[in-house]
Amino acid sequence: MIGGLFIYNHKGEVLISRVYRDDIGRNAVDAFRVNVIHARQQVRSPVTNIARTSFFHVKRSNIWLAAVTKQNVNAAMVFEFLYKMCDVMTAYFGKISEENIKNNFVLIYELLDEILDFGYPQNSETGALKTFITQTGIKSQSKEEQSQITSQVTGQIGWRREGIKYRRNELFLDVLESVNLLMSPQGQVLSAHVSGRVVMKSYLSGMPECKFGMNDKIVIDKQGKGGGNGCQSIAIDDCTFHQCVRLSKFDAERSISFIPPDGECELMRYRTTKDIILPFRVIPLVREVGRTKLEVKVVIKSNFKPSLLAQKIEVRIPTPLNTSGVQVICMKGKAKYKASENAIVWKIKRMAGMKESQISAEIELLPTNDKKKWARPPISMNFEVPFAPSGLKVRYLKVFEPKLNYSDHDVIKWVRYIGRSGIYETRC
Amino acid sequence: MPAVSKGDGMRGLAVFISDIRNCKSKEAEIKRINKELANIRSKFKGDKALDGYSKKKYVCKLLFIFLLGHDIDFGHMEAVNLLSSNKYTEKQIGYLFISVLVNSNSDLISLINNAIKNDLSSRNPTFMNLALHCIANVGSREMAEAFAAEVPRILVAGDTMDSVKQSAALCLLRLNRTSPDLVLMGEWTARVVHLLNDQHLGVVTAATSLITTLAQKSPEDFKTSVSLAVARLSRIVSSASTDLQDYTYYFVAAPWLSVKLLRLLQCYPPPEDGAIRGRLTECLETILNKAQEPPKSKKVQHSNAKNAVLFEAISLIIHHDSEPTLLVRACNQLGQFLQHRETNLRYLALESMCTLASSEFSHEAVKTHIETVINALKSERDVSVRQRAVDLLYAMCDRSNAKQIVAEMLSYLETADYSIREEIVLKVAILAEKYAVDYTWYVDTILNLIRFAGDYVSDEVWYRVIQIVINRDEVQGYAAKTVFEALQAPACHENLVKVGGYILGEFGNLIAGDSRSSPLIQFDLLHSKFHLCSVPTRALLLSAYIKFINLFPEVKGTIQEVLRSDSQLRNADVELQQRAVEYLRLSSIASTDILATVLEEMPPFPERESSILAKLKRKKGPGNLHPDLDENRKERSANGGTADHSSTTSNAKVLLLSCCLLIRMTHCFLIVTVTSPKVAASPTPSTDLLGLGSTITTQNSAPPASKGTSLLVDVFSENIAAFPVETPVAVGPVADENFSRFVCKNNGVLYENQLLQIGLKSEFRQNLGRMYVFFGNKTSTQFMNFAASVPADPTVDGGAQLQQILNIECMSDFVDAPVLNIQFRYGGTLQNVAVKLPITLNKFFQPTEMTSQDFFQRWKQLGAPQQEVQKIFKAKHSMDTEVTKAKIMGFGAALLDGVDPNPSNFVGAGVIHTKTTQVGCLLRLEPNTQAQMYRLTLRTSRDTVSQRLCDLLSEQF
Repeated sequence: MIGGLFIYNHKGEVLISRVYRDDIGRNAVDAFRVNVIHARQQVRSPVTNIARTSFFHVKRSNIWLAAVTKQNVNAAMVFEFLYKMCDVMTAYFGKISEENIKNNFVLIYELLDEILDFGYPQNSETGALKTFITQTGIKSQSKEEQSQITSQVTGQIGWRREGIKYRRNELFLDVLESVNLLMSPQGQVLSAHVSGRVVMKSYLSGMPECKFGMNDKIVIDKQGKGGGNGCQSIAIDDCTFHQCVRLSKFDAERSISFIPPDGECELMRYRTTKDIILPFRVIPLVREVGRTKLEVKVVIKSNFKPSLLAQKIEVRIPTPLNTSGVQVICMKGKAKYKASENAIVWKIKRMAGMKESQISAEIELLPTNDKKKWARPPISMNFEVPFAPSGLKVRYLKVFEPKLNYSDHDVIKWVRYIGRSGIYETRC
Repeated sequence: MPAVSKGDGMRGLAVFISDIRNCKSKEAEIKRINKELANIRSKFKGDKALDGYSKKKYVCKLLFIFLLGHDIDFGHMEAVNLLSSNKYTEKQIGYLFISVLVNSNSDLISLINNAIKNDLSSRNPTFMNLALHCIANVGSREMAEAFAAEVPRILVAGDTMDSVKQSAALCLLRLNRTSPDLVLMGEWTARVVHLLNDQHLGVVTAATSLITTLAQKSPEDFKTSVSLAVARLSRIVSSASTDLQDYTYYFVAAPWLSVKLLRLLQCYPPPEDGAIRGRLTECLETILNKAQEPPKSKKVQHSNAKNAVLFEAISLIIHHDSEPTLLVRACNQLGQFLQHRETNLRYLALESMCTLASSEFSHEAVKTHIETVINALKSERDVSVRQRAVDLLYAMCDRSNAKQIVAEMLSYLETADYSIREEIVLKVAILAEKYAVDYTWYVDTILNLIRFAGDYVSDEVWYRVIQIVINRDEVQGYAAKTVFEALQAPACHENLVKVGGYILGEFGNLIAGDSRSSPLIQFDLLHSKFHLCSVPTRALLLSAYIKFINLFPEVKGTIQEVLRSDSQLRNADVELQQRAVEYLRLSSIASTDILATVLEEMPPFPERESSILAKLKRKKGPGNLHPDLDENRKERSANGGTADHSSTTSNAKVLLLSCCLLIRMTHCFLIVTVTSPKVAASPTPSTDLLGLGSTITTQNSAPPASKGTSLLVDVFSENIAAFPVETPVAVGPVADENFSRFVCKNNGVLYENQLLQIGLKSEFRQNLGRMYVFFGNKTSTQFMNFAASVPADPTVDGGAQLQQILNIECMSDFVDAPVLNIQFRYGGTLQNVAVKLPITLNKFFQPTEMTSQDFFQRWKQLGAPQQEVQKIFKAKHSMDTEVTKAKIMGFGAALLDGVDPNPSNFVGAGVIHTKTTQVGCLLRLEPNTQAQMYRLTLRTSRDTVSQRLCDLLSEQF
């Protein structure tokens, strides 16, 4: 049970303050500012306990969102709520920034009243909220409409209202994955996993019943003999669904069926650890030449089909703290020593599969009286590839609308795969 | 000093600082700093040499970054380079960086020291000052090692400038603080003293600080400073306020210097030289006079400066404590301040008066202000001032005004601030005790104290009341009555319940005569509070209940009922449960005289320093030298070390009763088991260890043929290893002079010599017995390695008593009693005592009542010749019928009246219980008063028993 919710700007000034319970006083606001935002040491834990009060915070650009409670709450629930809150705000007014929050504070209070009641999270589905919390003021609704809202919000399918009509029934499906890796200098994988999301944007009329299928190993194995068509199956470690998915059906048959909310929603979140396709391989070579010089050579190899193109590739090579000068030579892309980040940043716009590229740098060091050895932080990498590194494939997404007369074939469907780097590091 | 001109300002630095101030987040700030650091690194690394200006700028930036909380690990070399610059600003920044950032183990230290040395030996006063400031700011041991010799030289050199002398004096002061061992006294000390005569008052001020500190280190070296200080002081005091120009502060001449000089004089006793002394007295009088003058300015600074000097002067007067007129004047002056509207002044006046109160000259003068002080206590707004008022009242208290002061403090206590309540409580308790003329007043006061501020009454306070009540017979009745009345209040504090429980338990009988406080009412009153109390109090109340059982047998049933209730017997708290169980058993098993002995009135506590006084001292802490504790200090020295553990012993005393009841010394159980001869023939090794087995076997090896019984003393204990294995020491003769007395008695003194007294308490039941052996140390020293064939506490403190419990079981009939071997070290010698334990066969007698007919029927059944033993013997004591009766009953047999046709004959019957068998005994004693002879006839089912009983009983008449 959340006792209160505060939003701060980067200076620690309170933009929004909503207290739900009496046990949270106004001084809690200051406690968080003093102990977290203005803390001498950067606070890295998202949960902070100050004087028997727990503060859960998330940061969006320069804005701090903090939920406060004196009770022993489910921390995962609180964070889920905070993320949802961010989503709702983004859906209403775009980017979360100080300016936007200041301009929309009436709306935010209204939203907070709706999605959190006495500290208990309520319906936070943007689509549903937008029917009765509007920025433009509520048009005088007839009694009928009002009761419709009530029955819809409190009814079984609270995330979708009835009577939606589109001329063109369209559906977009994004498989977004982020691949995380930690590799030893010798190329041994120390840990790797993919966390993915399936995001769906639907413009469908009526109350369509959807069924989503993918190359889940359990499902494929069940159909085993029939579906042995060379399609690789993947083992999903762990998945969570949007509230519209019927969990009982998933538990029983492992089929994902649902009535989607109108507009965008995150249908599913999953994690895999086996048989991950690592899109890039980083081969570092660091040589210390005396006390005042360091030679670094890094090779990256792309490891996917040559027809595909990786984008926004960025390699970050950390430099020692006493670097006094850097010379960089690279064959492809641009490389620059960024003193403010203590790193050499090498950027490549595009790179096809099965290619190789190299950078070499000479780092000059200033002798210090500090005897500590350089800790050699890992080389990290960012990129974007047009496939799912987990190997996930969407097999089908069927739409049935029994009342209206459009069938599965009439729906235009789009599927897109994007693989991004999470924490993709190689030790050097 | 060349000021930093605008053109010299570092633009880059200003830009950098404003950049950082404009950063929107911590991350942005860190990024900016990283960028700047990289820039500075590349600049320092760069091949071309930097000019002084940019070096200074970058060092400044580094310093700024460091002050923001980031680590700086380079740039030291550049800073050191700056030191050798000739420009003031560059040198200054270099020194600044060094004082802030250089740690002592740096390898640059020699370079730095070199630069400082150069500056010190330069003739430029500005550079010398910079160097001296740097030494003082760093103040490390290395600095002291390098410059402790150099700085004094600069200080006393004739050609040194005044400002440098000032810095040097302060620098030396700092070095002396950090490493006093390195600042060595030398010939310079004599010349330092003469700085007090310097023209420049700044130098004098600095030098006075230095001399004051050094004089505390070695007073002898600076003795000469007294006359100089007095001279200087008198010059300042007598000067007109305009004379000193720069050093006149709001019309007060050099107040800081005056205060410092007065402080310096406080390091020494009053000057012996009459002239100097006169001059000093004159000075002090002038200062006191000046306080009377109307203020020259209305500004607060003026009065602050004036009063600062005045208060320091008063402390000097108090320190000297030799001029009665001055003391009285000071006291009067302070009296005026007591009503001043400035809170700080009132505080300081009260504080100084506290010290004045302890002086014999001014004590009376202080006492005249009692009304004002009491007023201050009541009306003062500031709690710290009230606290001082309490201190002062405490300090000025003596026999004449004790009642008034205690009453005032008590009434104040009701409204007092929470933070000072405990201290007031302690002080009231001490004063009430110290100046108590009549103890009823004392008891009333303390009870009021508990009533008003029960939470703040520490344990020591109520322990003390109990100590005093127990030690003074005359107040016991009054205390019981007052406590009883106090307890009748519907809500009373737990401490009151504690005191009440204890006092009523001890002295409830004194007020039991009154029908309004009959035993039952007393008990009900106490018990009504029981459920509201914490566990320790409940435990104490349980002890009070068992004492009630002893004092008032009529409430025994009620109390047993209470003890028996589940809430006691099955209490979750082990302590309470144990007490309930044990007290219940004690009350139901023990006879009234055992109860009376166990629950005897507490012996008086040894007189000792009040534990509360010790507590107050602790509270004040050693640093706070309050004059009101002077007296206590004397007491403490008189009491020596004993005072320190007095409080713990007093705690112990309160629980003494329960301790001896609960018999905590279970670790020293000795089981004396009387067994059959077979076992005795092969004594176990453990008995040998005790040196007991040998005695027993030698004694018992003789009569096996006559079916004599043997004994084995078995020790079940993990402590065997702790026994002194010095058994070969010759065992002295077994003492049994008191043995026969115990045949008919269970309690008494078994053995006594100059060192040791052994007391016994025993009880028997069927074939089991339990014996409490008390070892009393009659000397005042400790017995070492004490072992009583029992693993007891290896030391017995002087005057202390040690207790042991023996469990006895009779296996079969026996003749000889077990021997208790005692070894201990007294002084240097090993003492050995062997005592026969009075465990005799008749102890296991259970009396049997029977009619005349039954008796004679049994008598005839036991007619076999070996079953009867008859003895005719001459009376050793007078043949009193009553005594004889008592002896036979004490022997254990039932005395049967009207069985024997001859009324002068005594007939008894009983059963001897052993583990295996029961032996019925009949006895007949026929006295012959004319011949002074007895005829004793015993018939038992066993011949050995008959013989032994006959022997035992015949000894008694």
